[in-house]
Amino acid sequence: MSTETTEIQFQSIAELLALAEQEGCGIGEITLRFEIQQSGFPRDFIWNAMLARWSIMQEAMEAGLRQPITGLGNLVSGNGYRMGAYEPKLLDPILAQTAARAMSVNECSAAMGRIVAAPTAGSSGILPSSLWGASQKLNSTPDEIVNAMFVSAGLGMVMANNSTISGAKGGCMAEVGVSTGMAAGAICELAGGTPAQVVQAMALAVKNSLGLVCDPVGGYVEVPCVKRNSLYSIMAITAAEMALAGISSYIPPDEVIAAMKEIGEAMPSQYKETSCGGLAITPTGRKVMESKPQTLGTP
Amino acid sequence: MSKYKSVFDIIGPIMVGPSSSHTAGAVRIGRFARTILGGTPRHATILLHGSFLETGPGHGTDKGIVAGLLGMETFDPNVKESFAVAAKEGMTFTIGDVNLGPKVHPCSAKLILETADGRKIEIIGTSIGGGNVAITEVDGYQVRLSGEYPTVITVHDDKPGIIGKVTGILAERGVNVAFMNVARKQRGREAFMTIEGDHDMPPEAIEAIAAVDGIRLTRYLPKLT
Repeated sequence: MSTETTEIQFQSIAELLALAEQEGCGIGEITLRFEIQQSGFPRDFIWNAMLARWSIMQEAMEAGLRQPITGLGNLVSGNGYRMGAYEPKLLDPILAQTAARAMSVNECSAAMGRIVAAPTAGSSGILPSSLWGASQKLNSTPDEIVNAMFVSAGLGMVMANNSTISGAKGGCMAEVGVSTGMAAGAICELAGGTPAQVVQAMALAVKNSLGLVCDPVGGYVEVPCVKRNSLYSIMAITAAEMALAGISSYIPPDEVIAAMKEIGEAMPSQYKETSCGGLAITPTGRKVMESKPQTLGTP
Repeated sequence: MSKYKSVFDIIGPIMVGPSSSHTAGAVRIGRFARTILGGTPRHATILLHGSFLETGPGHGTDKGIVAGLLGMETFDPNVKESFAVAAKEGMTFTIGDVNLGPKVHPCSAKLILETADGRKIEIIGTSIGGGNVAITEVDGYQVRLSGEYPTVITVHDDKPGIIGKVTGILAERGVNVAFMNVARKQRGREAFMTIEGDHDMPPEAIEAIAAVDGIRLTRYLPKLT
């Protein structure tokens, strides 16, 4: 920690990685030092603020497992509960519970329950559930989990500043894609991955999300959002595992982020959170729109 | 240049769902408007524009604005029940639609707020993404308030010297002015000023500003949470 006075500034993943290697610490520690320097708040204060977010994430994961939760639009109901109570035939039980927890968080959000945006509300299930799954496998301590959250925040900040985290501007890849990349990197460091492996985990996950459209049925944050969070939480863990195995992305992380930005800008607006394309205008999607006259001010 | 400057812009806000722009942003617009009014309105007319209108109910935008007007935070579990809370606390409201024109951000609302003693203000607020908001109009005056800085608002006679006295009061107390905006509708009548400071403004400073000759109304808005 002798070099903790080094000024921490990073605009790209390459710069973030170089700082970690130069300082001989993880991506999480570099991101934490960045926050300390930017905010002027002490290390403990910032650490505890992140820990508080983890405990809210845990509550949201439990909420939909305790009892079935139904979204405002009534398009999703009790999927987290259903998966949580189910004995898996194919997946490792912890992975099945990871999938259950991702849906639980998003159903909680869809029902106006309390969540932590990560980076958005629509993608809020991926980071907590995949962190939970990995920490179960690894017997991680709460401090290790909090450090991993700083990893995800550092990666997320670079993606948000160099691309977008708004579905209205970049489609779902800007929300779920970014979230999956954040989670993959976080889990990779949690499992002991090097900073170089962490950024590769992120790149692998984001690359596999490019082109993902935002076409929410009926204008609700329910279909396809809730189940997509579940499937991508497993992808985040897979990407981390691949990076730990020494597999890297042929296209470097910063170039993947640039590609995400380019694709988002070229994407037609009907696939950017307008409910004017894709699943939203299928016959079933249209029926939802018609059968649910959205009356303002009805409780 | 970087828009996101804190880890908690990415891991956060703590909020009730389902949308950071349409729910958390709506709550914060309501909270912001409430502080400008100076308390809970007796009656609120809430007019939604653009995307706020199109996906508002599905995203809880209507409930969010009502919750914010009642003083709730983005993470308050009662946001969902805000209509019932309003009834209990004696705030009435109507929700309708408005077309503010193509130049206004699609996630915007116009709020007409009335107090029990008959005061009335009109505010336009915008949710610019990720739960961040801006107030763009107060009583027909163009403004640009982010809530990121402690802010003082004055309505005063449009005559020389008042602005200097107000900034002098702040300077004497070590408050640096970060942003400032003065607007008026007609020369020599009434002017509307907003000052965003780098530091919290002590109550005594606000009282001193209110006592300046020619100041008709003073309102202090702490940093928006």
